[in-house]
Amino acid sequence: MSNKVFAFVALAVALALAAVTQLIPNEYFFTAAYTVLLFVILATAWNILGGYTGYVNFGSAAFFAIGAYTTVFFYNAFKAPLAVGIVAGTLVAGLAGLGLGYLTLRLRGVFFAIASLALAVVLYVFVVNWDYVGGARGAYVLQPREIPFGMPRYIHLIYSVQLLMAAFALVVARAIEKSTMGRGLAAIRDDELAAECSGVPTLRLKIFSTMVSCALMGMAGTTFPYYLSYIEPSSAFSLSYAVNSIAMPLIGGMMSWMGPLIGAVLLGTVQQVVQVTVSSAWNLLIVGVLLVLFVTLAPNGIMGWVDAWRRRKGR
Amino acid sequence: MGNSLRVEGLCAGYGAVQVLDRISLVVKDGETVTLLGTNGNGKSTLMKCIMGIVPPSAGRISATVDGVEHDLAGRAPEQIVDLGIALVPEGRRLFPRLTVEENLLLGAYRRSARAAIARNLEFCFETFPVLAERRRQLAGSMSGGEQQMLTLARALMTAPKILLIDEPSVGLAPILVIHTIDKIRELKEGYGLTVLMAEQNFNQAIRIADRGYVIVHGRIEYEGASREDLANNELIHKLYMGL
Repeated sequence: MSNKVFAFVALAVALALAAVTQLIPNEYFFTAAYTVLLFVILATAWNILGGYTGYVNFGSAAFFAIGAYTTVFFYNAFKAPLAVGIVAGTLVAGLAGLGLGYLTLRLRGVFFAIASLALAVVLYVFVVNWDYVGGARGAYVLQPREIPFGMPRYIHLIYSVQLLMAAFALVVARAIEKSTMGRGLAAIRDDELAAECSGVPTLRLKIFSTMVSCALMGMAGTTFPYYLSYIEPSSAFSLSYAVNSIAMPLIGGMMSWMGPLIGAVLLGTVQQVVQVTVSSAWNLLIVGVLLVLFVTLAPNGIMGWVDAWRRRKGR
Repeated sequence: MGNSLRVEGLCAGYGAVQVLDRISLVVKDGETVTLLGTNGNGKSTLMKCIMGIVPPSAGRISATVDGVEHDLAGRAPEQIVDLGIALVPEGRRLFPRLTVEENLLLGAYRRSARAAIARNLEFCFETFPVLAERRRQLAGSMSGGEQQMLTLARALMTAPKILLIDEPSVGLAPILVIHTIDKIRELKEGYGLTVLMAEQNFNQAIRIADRGYVIVHGRIEYEGASREDLANNELIHKLYMGL
């Protein structure tokens, strides 16, 4: 399937899903689905660098928060609408990723992981002390009263927006994966020295994939301030974003765009169900247990199983 | 049309550890030059310096490709590959989770190499029929000897003029070492390559080398002007045979 056809299909599926689900009377569905979609974007974005290129980013929450707080900033400064926040948040997170990549990716392996973790901590402290975007108290972002497309509540809108953004993230991830560049990224993941010897421009590819990955993570966060109309640093920088964006691709499979999607839908849904039926305190525990199970039993994730099964069948 | 490599007064190291100490060597057009020396004497570091992977602290590296001289200082590895210089890294470094064919296509990642991709792929499969049989197999699932063939073939996909080969015999069974060395000679003649080969296996290396250098603790300790020169040298006897 060519990129154009896939983009069209993804858009059509997202629009159809958005339209059909509007009929669901239970409002909680939208709240829960928004969160699952948020994780679909985060996991897909993380996988571009973590899965395709093999560089582990522990700072997903930082880029998510950059997206969220860019929306807050533009809201406070200009009362800018959501669309402005989405574009600006994506760009700012991308630039932050570019900077982080430029500073750390000359070094190999674990240095990037440490730097990404440090970035999350530094940004957290920065936001806590920045009064203009609410500081430690948090900030209110009021949902507009007029809701387009005759939707009953604002959550219906940002759920639909999140659905479209998830489709967009998947299209980008798949396009990168299937391109010559995607093969170059896979080479870096498998053996960076051999990639250099083969003439793969490793530094450029690493910086590019970091930038795209971080931009999409930022995009996931741009709608977040509108979600509860309120945002504060500890929720924007929550540990669960960093953990889930690593765990979901790992469980779904990191070699293709489908892995993070499956992992995020599966794990995200389980978490939402447990949150309602048992307790929200269980969420990270479940992730931890599933992670241990998958790492030991299926190190290549669900898609790894599928690939192995296909290969057996093909013979 | 000349393809040659010249290294002058090269020093390099990692942090405070100096590995290469004023190395000078020349590989002339169409020659096979071997770099002899046991583990940890700087052979791989020298190769990485030439490829721009390890930055030198002093000295000059230049390459003449098709009669045009290029200074390699400050160039990124991919630019050096673009010039027509390729390295077969030590230890059969493949992309194990990619197929044989994908590994080969990655050798032709550069735009300059992509133009000739179909022809080069055909050459590779002709030279290494086993790779054609296994083109859809994951590279990591092949045997050691097949993997070594694949690393050689991948380097050929960059359409090199000057080929650097780092320890092709490492970790291979003796019969495969002989086979690999024979293949290198065949490739060199078939493609008209200029070859610099680092090797510990002295007996195998001088089978195909025109001449060679002995590197000890990061210095060129001996320069053998011919195969016979190397075979009769006392230093080599001491290093390799303990005499």
